[in-house]
Amino acid sequence: MHWLFEPGFFSSQPVRTAFVIGGVVAVVSAVVGVFTVLRGQSFAGHALTDVSTAGGSAAFLLGISPLLGFVGFGLLGAGTIDAIGTQRVKGRDLATGIVLGAATGLAALLLYYDTTNSATTGATQTILFGSIFTIDPSTIPIVIAFSVIAIGIIAVLYRPLLLASTSAELAAARGVPVRLVGLGFMAALAVAVGLSALAIGAILSTALLIGPAATALRLTNRTGVALIIAAVIGVAATWVGVLLAYDSYYWGSSRNGYPVSFFIVALAFVAYLASGLPVVRIVTNRRAEGRRVL
Amino acid sequence: MIADDQNRGASDPVDGEVLAVDGVSVALGGRQILDGVTFTVAAGEFTGLIGSNGAGKTTLLRVILGLQAPGAGQVRLGGRARGWRNRSIGYVPQKVLLDPDMPMRARDLVGLGLDGHRFGMPVPSAKRKALVDEMLSAVDAQRFADARVGALSGGEQQRVLIAHALICRPRLLLLDEPLANLDLRSGQEIIALLHRIAVAHRIAVLLSAHEMNTLLPVMDRVVYLADGRAAAGTTAQVIRTDVLSDLYGHPVEVLHVNGRILVVAGDADPGATHHDHSASGPGVHIG
Repeated sequence: MHWLFEPGFFSSQPVRTAFVIGGVVAVVSAVVGVFTVLRGQSFAGHALTDVSTAGGSAAFLLGISPLLGFVGFGLLGAGTIDAIGTQRVKGRDLATGIVLGAATGLAALLLYYDTTNSATTGATQTILFGSIFTIDPSTIPIVIAFSVIAIGIIAVLYRPLLLASTSAELAAARGVPVRLVGLGFMAALAVAVGLSALAIGAILSTALLIGPAATALRLTNRTGVALIIAAVIGVAATWVGVLLAYDSYYWGSSRNGYPVSFFIVALAFVAYLASGLPVVRIVTNRRAEGRRVL
Repeated sequence: MIADDQNRGASDPVDGEVLAVDGVSVALGGRQILDGVTFTVAAGEFTGLIGSNGAGKTTLLRVILGLQAPGAGQVRLGGRARGWRNRSIGYVPQKVLLDPDMPMRARDLVGLGLDGHRFGMPVPSAKRKALVDEMLSAVDAQRFADARVGALSGGEQQRVLIAHALICRPRLLLLDEPLANLDLRSGQEIIALLHRIAVAHRIAVLLSAHEMNTLLPVMDRVVYLADGRAAAGTTAQVIRTDVLSDLYGHPVEVLHVNGRILVVAGDADPGATHHDHSASGPGVHIG
């Protein structure tokens, strides 16, 4: 197995921290991501990554944990998007676009200050593209607490959220408070994006949110199964990504290694492409057809 | 099967009145959408809510559902003023767009009709599954019960939505233009299915449509809406030249052609041509 796991992999503290945080974050992103794709809110997810960028930069300036900045700003952004208007799909996109633009502008300012204050480009690199190997192990309890909150919101809202995602009109007729459910989901989305931003960087967090979910939706007819498939793909991409990034220090002669975020995002993308391969499509379609005949 | 006989009857008025709409008026944005609409629906009756686009059909259904407060008048369900939420009504909205990429089987959507408003995850149970299967067979949808609901045809989706609306055992089933996107044959099948359910389970069906001929074989009563005002009764009582002319406020004529009914702009003034009325009135209205 030495060809696979380079020396010191299992005894390394940063690797262990990366495994725990990466695994937890991947599960949260996958679960929230499935509903994000179902609800057609990928754009809102992307806007929240830009809001998180601003939050992370602000946290860096204040010298607090970037996770608090990511999640705090994310929640604020989610609330603002909802306040501007999410009732119509068009209004929702408009509100999202406005918040996205404002947040990116703020991020530009804050990142500028981060860079000039610390006289290094490290802050920009860390916030935008993540650095899972440099996360302090003391962050783990906070990551788990936020994860429990996000998964908890989805678990509690599960049925009304699913019905409202299918048809807001059907849900309203059943007595579901559609707007409140949507706001609750946006809060879970903000937390998930914040967690993902910590693991693979604010800019890339959409990839972990949308990629595994979109792949899972291609492979099953069942919502519950889609959640499990997405979580498995997300965790696998993250863990294999961490392994490859660690190993890459030993590749070639430069001993610089590749960023872990690159591997995670690339693996999630490859999984998505693979789910569209004719052989996979045929197997899943046949299963669906078989059930249909029964 | 669907009828819950123990809950039924005791609270019902003697005549089995399920729904009473009493002088309901609605004005939205300064425009009068509904004006003193009055009618009743009894258990097991099939009622067609007929009117052209913009006549106020959807608004009326939303008032009955409690999604729109009336400016005047009231709605009674089973003899009582309607509460804030009322699950004794099943509802199939207009133009439900089900995403073909949504990983949801037809049976999952039917199950959400039972407990979609409750918090938490669905708990699989033999009882829940049996109830879902019973509904699926009631609407003849077992063939595609495990298929992706968004990938089904319009008629198949309509059946699933009807099962979704029926599973909570309503006394009243409202359908907003369920035939709008269906071909004629699928439409006729849905109407026959609804009629069967109404009769077998004593459920009152109120269905909106802009075309009444598909409904003629099964319709017990008709509520005809024009410019927010309504005339209600049996087809023979309502679909008459004098009643509809009075409703529209200008002359229209009801023609019977090969068993079909046509409502056309009338000519009480023989010199007037039809297109005079085409903008404001019914125009040539096959319905």
